Amino acid sequence: MDVQTWTYILVGITFSLYIGIAIWSRAGSTKEFYVAGGGVSPWANGMATAADWMSAASFLSMAGIIAFAGYDGSVYLMGWTGGYVLLALLLAPYLRKFGKFTVPDFIGDRYYSNSSRIVAVFCALLVSFTYVAGQMRGVGVVFSRFLEVDINTGVIIGMVIVLFYAVLGGMKGITYTQVAQYCVLIFAFMVPAIFISIQMTGNPVPQLGMGSALNDGSGTYLLDKLNGLSTELGFAEYTSGTKSTLDVLAITLALMVGTAGLPHVIVRFFTVKRVKDARKSAGLALLLIAILYTTAPAVAVFAKTNLIDTVSNQPYNTLPVWFKNWEKTGLLTFEDKNGDGKIQYVADPKTNELKIDNDIMVLANPEIANLPAWVIALVAAGGLAAALSTAAGLLLVISSSVSHDLIKKVFVPNISERGELWTARIAATFAVVVAGYFGINPPGFVAAVVALAFGLAAASFFPAIVLGIFYKKMNKEGAVTGMIVGITLMLYYMIKYKLGWFDSTLPNKSEWWFGISPEGFGAVAMLANFLVSILVMRFTPPPPQHVQDIVEDIRIPSGAREATGH
Amino acid sequence: MPTKQQKATAYWKENVKYLFILLSIWFAVSYGAGILFKDALNHIKIGGFKLGFWFAQQGAIYVFVILIFVYVHLMNKLDKKYGYDE
Repeated sequence: MDVQTWTYILVGITFSLYIGIAIWSRAGSTKEFYVAGGGVSPWANGMATAADWMSAASFLSMAGIIAFAGYDGSVYLMGWTGGYVLLALLLAPYLRKFGKFTVPDFIGDRYYSNSSRIVAVFCALLVSFTYVAGQMRGVGVVFSRFLEVDINTGVIIGMVIVLFYAVLGGMKGITYTQVAQYCVLIFAFMVPAIFISIQMTGNPVPQLGMGSALNDGSGTYLLDKLNGLSTELGFAEYTSGTKSTLDVLAITLALMVGTAGLPHVIVRFFTVKRVKDARKSAGLALLLIAILYTTAPAVAVFAKTNLIDTVSNQPYNTLPVWFKNWEKTGLLTFEDKNGDGKIQYVADPKTNELKIDNDIMVLANPEIANLPAWVIALVAAGGLAAALSTAAGLLLVISSSVSHDLIKKVFVPNISERGELWTARIAATFAVVVAGYFGINPPGFVAAVVALAFGLAAASFFPAIVLGIFYKKMNKEGAVTGMIVGITLMLYYMIKYKLGWFDSTLPNKSEWWFGISPEGFGAVAMLANFLVSILVMRFTPPPPQHVQDIVEDIRIPSGAREATGH
Repeated sequence: MPTKQQKATAYWKENVKYLFILLSIWFAVSYGAGILFKDALNHIKIGGFKLGFWFAQQGAIYVFVILIFVYVHLMNKLDKKYGYDE
């Protein structure tokens, strides 16, 4: 059977599975819609969190980014896992004890005002919308390459599926489909990695294969070979970086703190029964995530070495079929600048003839390594699982921010349970349509901005939540000013140095503040948020006694109430 | 018998102490070994891995996972000690 038939079969089976789960786990109440009824087991929540968190970017792009960035790619590996330590130790148990539905719920109650709630809703929507557009795009890319429909049709199919289970099932439907999606995506990521590791090093564990010697009889270590190939072609050594140490520190910190502050990840911990379940499921989530995150750098090394071996200095017309297939998608381009009919892949942009999009490394990897057709199809199904699970989690945050935090808590406090549930469903539908629109017509800035969603989350939520738990005297004036300063600073820096909208051209890197890139600036904006919050607090009245009592209460793990909206 | 308030304060103090220790390790393996001291550690090689590079792309992640499970274990014990477990 060919790749396309296999892809139809595997994608068909997995999609039917998701729809089946959605029908089985329809939400009947707002509590089921927002927090899956609050009785999810730690293992199920760990798997759901892992799938929720690992997006199209983790599955499709990350190994590719690392393959081209080498050591510099470590910022993503440490940043996107280290954040879970912060989440497990500083946020998840206390937010679970607090026992509400959403992150703006916590901010609004802890900082006793609707103004803080509205600022939080604004931040949640900003973070989630920038993030979700990238997911729909990922769905489109997978469909277009493997099922040969165009990207737009792919996005629409993805929209319909997500709409079906997110709108029908809410958090309950999303949780159990995410459990299934985790299994699909981790299997799909590991199988080709194990195959290739055995092929190249004889070691079936990719994490070890990465540091092993090649099994071509030369006895050279794989990493040494890759370092040699890289420097030969004029690139930096793979295991050393080109970014400044300060920038690497800043980006890692921004990604860690941003991860801990992402609302769609935080709400997952509202769905478990007890505080100790929240701690345990954060550990399980990271364990399950780490399986992919420690394999990705190995895949990066295998893929990069294979790619250079296969194409560098080879005549164009003797290249394998996969090369031409990917050329059709425009993600791989070859321009024979010196007219010798061979591919020169080098660091110098003037003589380099090959352009490779980060996204194709994982997708093309099994083809480059000549793996069987079903493995290639499996990767397509895994990519879709990763994109759909994250999109669903984000859509839930968007819909609950609107229906619960804005409509119920601010504008129509006496809305009926049924009315709120329907509002949530309408908001989710609206969010899917907007996300789909951005997936079909991606404004140029979306791709650039997705990575900055972390900076936005770091600059806004993380300080407000941490101070809310660990600093009893923090008041609404401090927290609200801090959030506004943090997110404004981050938006300003992003628009000026990433999008270049303030000047006629994008400012040069030398103008960056302290030499910190827009990706790392979230760390600076977060510090600014902390400082401003504490400074303003000193000159404004302390929080009322009942709020200080709430803080005392969330620090004690026992007696976590069922999550309620009242 | 300590009062309810004293008990809560003592529990919180021990909790914060654990957090401080665990987050110091968190900082040391990622920002320390993986970033600030990676060049020095890269002189040491284990198999095909340079040690600093290994910490940045593998080791730090393993330690993160262990840290959370150690935290879970410590807190479960602490909850029992203060009678907050359920």
